[in-house]
Amino acid sequence: MRDLVFEIKENKRIAKDVYEMLLSGDSSDITRPGQFINIKLEGFYLRRPISVCDWSDGKIRIIYKVVGEGTEYMSRLKEGEALTVLTALGNGYSLEELHSRLSGAHETRIILAGGGVGVPPLYGLAKRLSEAGMKPDVALGFNGAEDVFYKSEFEDLGLKVSITTMDGSMGIKGVVTDAMRNADGSARYDYVFTCGPEPMLKAVYEAVPEGQFSFEARMACGFGACMGCSCKTKYGNKRICKDGPVLMREEIVW
Amino acid sequence: MVKPDISTELSGIRLQNPVIPASGTFGFGKEFAELYDINILGSISVKGTTREPRFGNPQPRIAECPMGLINSVGLQNPGIDEVVNKELPELSEIYHKPVIANISGFSVDEYVECAEAVDRVENVGIIEVNVSCPNVHEGGMAFGTSAQNIAKVTRAVKAVAKKPVYVKLSPNVTDIAEMAKAAESEGADGLSLINTLMGMRIDVMRRRPVIANKMGGFSGPAILPVAVRMVYQVSKAVKIPVIGMGGVSSARDVIEMMMAGASAVQVGAANLTDPWACKKIIEALPGECEKLHIERLSDIIGCVE
Repeated sequence: MRDLVFEIKENKRIAKDVYEMLLSGDSSDITRPGQFINIKLEGFYLRRPISVCDWSDGKIRIIYKVVGEGTEYMSRLKEGEALTVLTALGNGYSLEELHSRLSGAHETRIILAGGGVGVPPLYGLAKRLSEAGMKPDVALGFNGAEDVFYKSEFEDLGLKVSITTMDGSMGIKGVVTDAMRNADGSARYDYVFTCGPEPMLKAVYEAVPEGQFSFEARMACGFGACMGCSCKTKYGNKRICKDGPVLMREEIVW
Repeated sequence: MVKPDISTELSGIRLQNPVIPASGTFGFGKEFAELYDINILGSISVKGTTREPRFGNPQPRIAECPMGLINSVGLQNPGIDEVVNKELPELSEIYHKPVIANISGFSVDEYVECAEAVDRVENVGIIEVNVSCPNVHEGGMAFGTSAQNIAKVTRAVKAVAKKPVYVKLSPNVTDIAEMAKAAESEGADGLSLINTLMGMRIDVMRRRPVIANKMGGFSGPAILPVAVRMVYQVSKAVKIPVIGMGGVSSARDVIEMMMAGASAVQVGAANLTDPWACKKIIEALPGECEKLHIERLSDIIGCVE
C-alpha cells in the first residue's frame, strides 16, 4: 500500500449521478480486479473508498455515484487536478480460486452480476477473464434506463450482456437475478462474481451455488486498523476493507 | 545548535520520543509494520481488550464529521487470552520496546482479571485502564463518569498490578480534574486523556442516525482544543504524569499538548486518514523544536502557567 498522487485525466458523467474518472499515475500496486483505492479530498476528514473499474500501466479508471457531499465534490473536479490516493486496498476477486473450481468435468457456467455502482469492478474482472479465454455472461441491474452504464463496454469484450431495470424502461423488467434463472426457476449458472447493494447480493446468493461476493461498507481507515467495517463470517470476524471486500459464498453470514 | 533531545519518560520508562499511537487506531501494529519501521515509535497503546472476545457494535460504525469522525466500534477484540498469548507476543517480534496494554471491562472483577493477565506479559510496560469507552453500555464509560467508580477500579487494579497503571479518562464529565484526583488518590501511576467525546450524526435524507448504535465517540482535529484544555486542567490538579491525546495530528500539536502538561502524547484518528501520520510527526519533531528554541522537549512539559 502506498499513498500516491494521481492526475485527473478525465472526469465525466456517464449516467444519472454516475461519473467516470480516469487517473494517471503509478497503478502498479493493483494486482486484482475488485480492489479499491481510498481518495483524499480537500475539506473532508475521511477518504472516499472507490472500487477500481479498470487499470493498465500508469492508469486507473474509477466509476462513482454522487451520493453525498464527498462524491459531489469529486464530480466537480477538473482535468489536470491532482488527487492523493491510497492504493491498492482490499483482496479483490480471485481468479486462482475460480480456476480451482474449474477442474470438474462439465463446463462451469459463469455469470458476472452487478447492481448500480457495483458494476464497475466487474468490468476489470470481465476483461481479465476474457484475456484468460473465458466468456462469462453478464447481468447488470439498474433502477431505470437513465441509470444504465457500461453495457456496450462489456459487449465490446464479446460477452452476452443482460440488462434489468426495476421500472422496465430498459431490458428485462425486474431485478438482476431475473436474468440468472431458467424459465422453470432453476439456476442457470454454476459460479458468480458479484458486487452491488446487500439485498441484491442476498438474492444472488440464493440464485447461484458458488461464487465471490464483493461487499460495500462504511470505512474509516480502509486498511484494517480501525475495525470500523467488521463483519461476521463462518470463519470468524473479517474486515471488509482488508480481508474483503470480496468474500467467498461459503463464508458469508447474512 | 545541537540536535534537540525529544526523549521523554513515563513512570521510569524512557521513551525515545513522546509519540504513541492511541488504542483502537493501530490494532496490534501489524498493518503499520508493513508500511514503516514501527520501532521509531515512543511506544504503542494496543487495541483495547476485554475478558471475553467481542464482535462489537452493528454496522455502520463510522460517521464522518467536519475535522473528525464518530466511531462506534464497541471494543471489538479477540479477548484477553488471545491478546496475551498471541497478539502481544507477536507484537514483540516486530516492536522491541515496552507497549501500553489497554484493558476494559464491564465489572471491577473483569478489569482485575485483564490487568493480572497483561501484567505478566513481558513486553507490556504500562497498563492503561480504559474507564471511558463511550460505545458500550454498562461497562467502559459508566465507570469513568463517576469518581467513586474510578476510585474503585483503580484501587482493585493497583492491588494486583506490578506494572504502572494509567487510568484513561473520559471527557464526558462535568469536572475531569475530580476524576483525575480520584484515580491519583487510589494510587494510579499516571493518566491518559482524553477518550472520545460523545457525538451523533443524523442522515437528514433518511431521518435516522448515521451510526447503527445512534451515538458514538467523536475524535479528530476538531477535539484538540477540548483535549488541550482538559490536559491542562488535569495536569495542574495532579502530580502523576499525564499522556495527552485528542486530535493530535502534527508535531506542533504534540508540543502544544506537552506545554499543556502531557509527558507523552498519543495520536489516534490521524493514523486512520494517514497511516504514516506517527512517522511524519516523529520526523518533524526535531525541526519543530528547533524553530521554537526547545533544546530538550521534556523541559516544556506543563510550562504554561
